[in-house]
Amino acid sequence: MTAGPNRDGIAAGRLAPELYHDNFADLHPPLDRHEAFVEADRCYFCFDAPCLNACPTEIDIPLFIRQIATDNPLGAAETIFAQNILGGMCARVCPTETLCEEACVREAAEGKPVRIGMLQRYATDIAMAEGKQFFERAPDTGRTIAVVGAGPAGLACAHRLALKGHAVTIFDARPKPGGLNEYGIASYKAPGDFAQAEIDYILSVGGIDVVNGQMLGRDFTLDSLLADHDGVFLALGLAGVNALRAEGEAAAGVDDAVDFIAALRQADDLSTLPIGRRVVVIGGGMTAIDAAVQAKLLGAEEVTIAYRRGKAMMNASQWEQDLAASKGVTIRHWLAPKAILVENGKVAGIELDETALSQERLITTGRTVRLECDQVFKAIGQTLVADLAGELTIVGGKIEIDAEGRTAHERVWAGGDCATGGEDLTVTAAAQGRDAAESIHRALMGAGQAAQRQTAELVHG
Amino acid sequence: MADLRTNFVGIKSPNPFWLASAPPTDKAYNVERAFKAGWGGVVWKTLGEEGPPVVNVNGPRYGAIWGADRRLLGLNNIELITDRDLYVNLREIKQVKMNWPDRAVVVSIMVPCTEESWKAILPLVEETGADGIELNFGCPHGMSERGMGAAVGQVPEYIEMVVRWCKAYTRMPVITKLTPNITDIRKPARAAKHGGTDAVSLINTINSITGVNLDTFAPEPSIDGRGTHGGYCGPAVKPIALNMVAEIARDPDTYGLPISGIGGVTTWRDAAEFLALGAGTVQVCTAAMTYGFKIVEEMISGLSGWMDEKGHARLEDITGRAVRNVTDWQYLNLNYVTKAHIDQDLCIKCGRCHIACEDTSHQAITKSKDGARHFEVMDDECVGCNLCVNVCPVQDCITMEALAPGMLDERTGQVVPDQYANWTTHPNNPSAKPAKTVVEPAE
Repeated sequence: MTAGPNRDGIAAGRLAPELYHDNFADLHPPLDRHEAFVEADRCYFCFDAPCLNACPTEIDIPLFIRQIATDNPLGAAETIFAQNILGGMCARVCPTETLCEEACVREAAEGKPVRIGMLQRYATDIAMAEGKQFFERAPDTGRTIAVVGAGPAGLACAHRLALKGHAVTIFDARPKPGGLNEYGIASYKAPGDFAQAEIDYILSVGGIDVVNGQMLGRDFTLDSLLADHDGVFLALGLAGVNALRAEGEAAAGVDDAVDFIAALRQADDLSTLPIGRRVVVIGGGMTAIDAAVQAKLLGAEEVTIAYRRGKAMMNASQWEQDLAASKGVTIRHWLAPKAILVENGKVAGIELDETALSQERLITTGRTVRLECDQVFKAIGQTLVADLAGELTIVGGKIEIDAEGRTAHERVWAGGDCATGGEDLTVTAAAQGRDAAESIHRALMGAGQAAQRQTAELVHG
Repeated sequence: MADLRTNFVGIKSPNPFWLASAPPTDKAYNVERAFKAGWGGVVWKTLGEEGPPVVNVNGPRYGAIWGADRRLLGLNNIELITDRDLYVNLREIKQVKMNWPDRAVVVSIMVPCTEESWKAILPLVEETGADGIELNFGCPHGMSERGMGAAVGQVPEYIEMVVRWCKAYTRMPVITKLTPNITDIRKPARAAKHGGTDAVSLINTINSITGVNLDTFAPEPSIDGRGTHGGYCGPAVKPIALNMVAEIARDPDTYGLPISGIGGVTTWRDAAEFLALGAGTVQVCTAAMTYGFKIVEEMISGLSGWMDEKGHARLEDITGRAVRNVTDWQYLNLNYVTKAHIDQDLCIKCGRCHIACEDTSHQAITKSKDGARHFEVMDDECVGCNLCVNVCPVQDCITMEALAPGMLDERTGQVVPDQYANWTTHPNNPSAKPAKTVVEPAE
């Protein structure tokens, strides 16, 4: 007997058991070989391709698509991994509709871009299924580098450093590596424990140790890392969650969206996860969408996203917004949380201020809206928790870095969500990690040596 | 509605769409289905001489090449002539012709290159009431190793000899089917005409290997690990066929010789092109083998629709209309100057025109303007070659614009003259003749 969608309060098991499987299955089933050929044939192999220029990791997209079209998926995978070792996850979670596929000339021509993400997945899946390694480590340099955080930026950096022959140790606070790839992405985007499979694939190059359950500021300090290593790459992400600053925020039923998403990813049995009958998600980014959609898929009867600005300002892409709408999520704009309505210590509703823009400033209009609900998810951004202000420059709550990932400290680099400059995307994190590794390598080996070795380093496996 | 009826060397059919001598016309069952579907005529699959029939391989007979979505672009076959008993075929031909008196039934024949052989089979075919015969001098595989098919078609003297025998021993119209596996298609066509043929049909299939299996290193199609050249046909061969038809249509020796056009006819438009280059009928095989007989409905509808739109009442109004426009290179107008023009509203900025021109041609297309991605033709470099038009994925985005006489060609710095001039008068031609003697060739 299931709880049913209309049972009040926060309850588990709202759905018939088989629905959990269906709801959280792969959002886009992979292309089969023939579909891949047909899709690849749509690529025009553009000169100075706009898609390539739109990719933060600058994958040679026309080349890898042509390799797929000529039944050379392993060659395609090599092209992808040479630029982005997390190409498999990026194929699943990249907002391609605002990156490569938005730039695709077929988008301009017919509003239907080549499905670059799906093709990238086709090639990388084949290579990973075969365990095909394309790169070999350079001879041991004797240098050691500490990477803090085993998310996309940390993994990309560690992999590139390992290729250069350096010894890398990754420290991660969570029980499993992967960062947001493991804990922060909607389940239907990377089912089948893909994040861990990808990590296994990345680590199999060798030269990388991962130490879990170790947190900067609790178990070690930046100084202690610098004492034991030649260089440090900080990719610790943003572990804190912004508060709503609304009355009643402490009530039971006010939860962090990122925790909810993580719990979904780690759950062995989704029917044991409790979810409200009526859920309100506060925020306008990918996290808000991921939480809202998954709340709906878990059986919530009503799910509303409340965003304090207009549609055009939402960080979630149009595609993500459409996905949410298609799952029955209501998105309401120009509403900011004012107070959580609490009964018996539990959430009973939320009062929201109507907002508007006045001379480019967000103001409240004085009118309010009340929504009855059992659960409120906060998805209004995350914050850096480590206190690094003494050693590094912090700008806007993030570690300041230059174009190649250098911080104010000459032996410390940073990248990913904890650093300035990225767009809080897996793909930008991967690009920053990779580029920081190149910078670290140049710094450690000296510019002359690094240039000499450059051509020999990406050895074909 | 346009009148599609044809009278081709006395053979009448309700439309010009015939099925070529090939697997689709090997037996009454298929031919009946074709006639029901609307085909105007068939050329029955080639009959051999009396006696034990030929045998075919028992493995793959066909190879192919495809586009990305498995669209069949070219087909190859190593099937031989009919492997059914001569008398079974003759009985069926007779019955089918009785059942479908308004359709063309032509019988393809291939027997050894002796007068007795041809003399023996012709009365048997004539007795069926068939409308005509087609001499298979084209089959490029198997039969040619036995001195028939292309082995005859490649020797003009043999063609003339056999045609002469046929004209002597039958009252039926004789269509001579030519092989493209020669260097000059006009030679066998002239020979056939000298022998008295009523018409020629072309092209037969082209010697080909469709591919190589890179695991087994066997050519495709492969039989137990080995392969042989087969006959290539389908959309890929149409340009070759069109040229060969045109060469015969405009050759003074064969001008006016009726032609049945064959080679990659897939749509009404293909058919219309063959007709325009001088064909009186077209023969189809690969398209039918790919999609079934129903395609003839599209062909009939498309051809008559186009003719209505253009005001062509009968096929005679279009047959051969393009022949006079086929000429030698030396007579092309060197004073006709074109420049490519890119429609910026249609351009999707793929840049293929730029890279094709930059890497392989004349460096005449920009890649940027004011720092932005922008593709534009530089008239002072453009030679008007048309490569950009051909590689552009957007139809009509790049067009070739002719410079009117009196305009400046920025590339050469010369004003475009208003009179026609060709290589025969060009100063760079060591054999140039004085201008006053130059005339455009007659048709």
